[in-house]
Amino acid sequence: MSFDMDMSQFQQVFFEESAEHLASMESILLGMDIDNPNPEDMNALFRAAHSIKGSSATFGFPDMTAVTHDLETLLDRVRKNEIPLTTDIVDASLEARDILNTQLRAHQGGQAVDPAAVTAICTRVKALTGQPVDDAAGKKMTAGEKESALADVKTNASTGEPVVYQITVPFKADDPKKKLGPEVLKYLRTLGELEVLGRDEERASLRLTSAASRDEICEAFSFHPSADLVIIEPPEGAKPCKEKKPRKKKAVPTGSGRDPEISQPIQTAPEPSKDQETSPVVAMPVEIQETRTPPRPEQKAAAPAAETSIRVSVDKVDLLINLVGELVITQSMLSQTATAESLVSEHLYDRLLQLERNTRELQETVMSIRMLPVSFAFNRFPRLVRDLAGKLGKQVDLKMVGAETELDRGVIEKIADPLNHLIRNSIDHGLEMPDERIAVGKDPKGTVILSAFHQGGSVVIMVQDDGKGLNRDRILAKAKEKGIPVSDNMPDSEVWPLIFAPGFSTAAVVTDVSGRGVGMDVVRKNIESLGGRVEISSEAGKGSTITIRLPLTLAIMDGMSIGVGDQVYIVPITAIAESIRPSLKDIKTVVGQGRVVNVRGEYLPLIAVHEIFNIRAHSTSFDDGILMIVETDHGRVAMFVDELLGQHQVVIKNIESNYRKVQGISAATIMGDGSVSMILDVSEMARLGKLGAGIQRAA
Amino acid sequence: MEATQLNPATHESTAIVAGGKEYLTFTLGSEEYGIDILKVQEIRRYEKVTHIVNAPEFIRGVINLRGVIVPIIDMRLKFNLGSAEFTPLTVVVILNVAGRVVGAIVDSVSDVVHLSHDAIKPPPQFSSALAVEFIEGLASIDERMVIIMDIEALMTGQDMALVDQAA
Repeated sequence: MSFDMDMSQFQQVFFEESAEHLASMESILLGMDIDNPNPEDMNALFRAAHSIKGSSATFGFPDMTAVTHDLETLLDRVRKNEIPLTTDIVDASLEARDILNTQLRAHQGGQAVDPAAVTAICTRVKALTGQPVDDAAGKKMTAGEKESALADVKTNASTGEPVVYQITVPFKADDPKKKLGPEVLKYLRTLGELEVLGRDEERASLRLTSAASRDEICEAFSFHPSADLVIIEPPEGAKPCKEKKPRKKKAVPTGSGRDPEISQPIQTAPEPSKDQETSPVVAMPVEIQETRTPPRPEQKAAAPAAETSIRVSVDKVDLLINLVGELVITQSMLSQTATAESLVSEHLYDRLLQLERNTRELQETVMSIRMLPVSFAFNRFPRLVRDLAGKLGKQVDLKMVGAETELDRGVIEKIADPLNHLIRNSIDHGLEMPDERIAVGKDPKGTVILSAFHQGGSVVIMVQDDGKGLNRDRILAKAKEKGIPVSDNMPDSEVWPLIFAPGFSTAAVVTDVSGRGVGMDVVRKNIESLGGRVEISSEAGKGSTITIRLPLTLAIMDGMSIGVGDQVYIVPITAIAESIRPSLKDIKTVVGQGRVVNVRGEYLPLIAVHEIFNIRAHSTSFDDGILMIVETDHGRVAMFVDELLGQHQVVIKNIESNYRKVQGISAATIMGDGSVSMILDVSEMARLGKLGAGIQRAA
Repeated sequence: MEATQLNPATHESTAIVAGGKEYLTFTLGSEEYGIDILKVQEIRRYEKVTHIVNAPEFIRGVINLRGVIVPIIDMRLKFNLGSAEFTPLTVVVILNVAGRVVGAIVDSVSDVVHLSHDAIKPPPQFSSALAVEFIEGLASIDERMVIIMDIEALMTGQDMALVDQAA
């Protein structure tokens, strides 16, 4: 498996995206209405955490994954209304967010994050989630934990000289209000060396050797239900707390730090009513943000990562693309006008040519803004394959070819899920277990090849495996069971597409890898929604290949312009197999089935565009025009048109933004002369054609 | 819609006076109509449209308006008014209604007038080419009667077939 590829270029994207997610999490959290949280906000929070979790795992930052995992669990429970949202949860989420932010900066070359702080926040989040907290376990410190605590003392040593604190906490084993949660102990351990001196019926005594300020220790108890009874005694000569951080949760009387005998009560306000007086959590978001960031000067000093790219909203890019498209049209109209009115002097001609070159270059550059290498979708798969192979006990070698092929960003985003499904399928259903492979004389290690390349105006992505191939008999049996009309001697090319039928799974057992959830029908639907096509080829014992053909971008398409009567329509090139001039003797009428045309022995249904659209064609008989053989959802169909006009790259324009859906039309485009042409949806045309004499007559 | 000015005297120039609106008036055949000018994006000359298949007759087709595909409705065909011929005065009023851009062919645009609420009288109960629910009221300007039309309700209405109707 190619793990050694250069990940740095993707990491930059990860950094940017995570920073964006973190920023949005912060703003949502700060604007959250505790008593009446907006479910949409909760979902957005959850999604942000989930995205960071997923991508950090992919890019190999397990520390961030760990934190987001706990955070995500908490948010998920809140989101599902399993636990009510509290200020504590918002605070903890914000703190977790800050830790993530620090981690993120650490990965970008900043200072390393204090691992203890990470543990503390995870523990805190877990406690809020309501995961079982083993009280006793927290009280006893294993040798290993002691070591790590000691190590933590060292990491904190830079903040000052360690001093010894005596801490007395009210304690009652059977009263949940007077219990010491493990999160408290864990947090204290992050501050320094902690020893449990002993406990009696009433209180527990702890000794903490730490360089931390009293305030930081106070913080450990800020969520303790009876925090006001916690007594922290600094030893003689302890310096007063230097950092007077305005805590929003509690008012810590800071002036008393000089007197070692005066205990320092910490006020916590578990009731919301009290809370609102002392802590304007929601009202003063700026303050929260400042106080939440742990004051670690060495991290603040870390230089921000250099900006190597800017994030621009896709809307702006689309607007730019639109405008450039307009410019190209204006340019070509200008050229046409100049030529038509024979105004062209040599100078003007040269300058028009120059304008044309410049506009083309501008257009290409602008289009390339949206293009990304397909590796953005591919790079997650080595990890997926590794995990899957481990889970299934198979040996898999994933080869990726052509990952640098560029594809529209929108396509890449939407292709990842279908690819994910196909690769899972290949590994789960396609590849055999190592011993089966040895038995049939194959390398015990199966191979999955994921490749991408340009072919004509489209990008082809293939998922190939050298497994056992599709099982023809089982697919046919399943199809019969489902009531799909099949016959045993159907050609393979018609059998394989059956697996795209909804709810079609031949998996003998449903595993947690595949066999349930989204099926191949969803894969096909997703790909077709991108204007692409899926093909399958398979050979028993040798493996299967799934070929996905995608348009280069969602905004531009290669089209053939055709003339029907006075109208010009565009047919997507990817749909066209060939064009032929028919002879009347090949066209036959089938009773009740309309017309068919014999193309080299194959009878294809014939549909006439002018009949479906109720317009008048120039051709009076079939041998006047052209038959285009197009690939549709309903198989190959011959489409009768008057003439072929030419091939263009067309910009796809939505009709539905200002009008309703038009049957048989997928979109519109603007031609070189500024006029509008409709882009045909051949699959829908075929369906309309098969319905009989077109749609209802025009109103 | 627009902020009502508190002190009309100082804002005469903007002609937005308390309680009133500005209307664009246009003719369809022999009748004169007015629509809220804030719904009007621009006025263009009629140019060649691209036919939409299987569309109602009054939808002439679509045009390219600076990269946006805009459907063009012939109001004269829609309401059976006038001869639906194209003269040099025939214009397309590009409207911005309900978040959509739509063009309406009219015989000619006449004027922009300011009408106070009082000047618009409720329509009498009669059957007209325009269904009564799309008429806001009637106003008199210099002896001429202007039918004030609720263009947004009209364009988003069912029989316009501009928007997909929920099945």
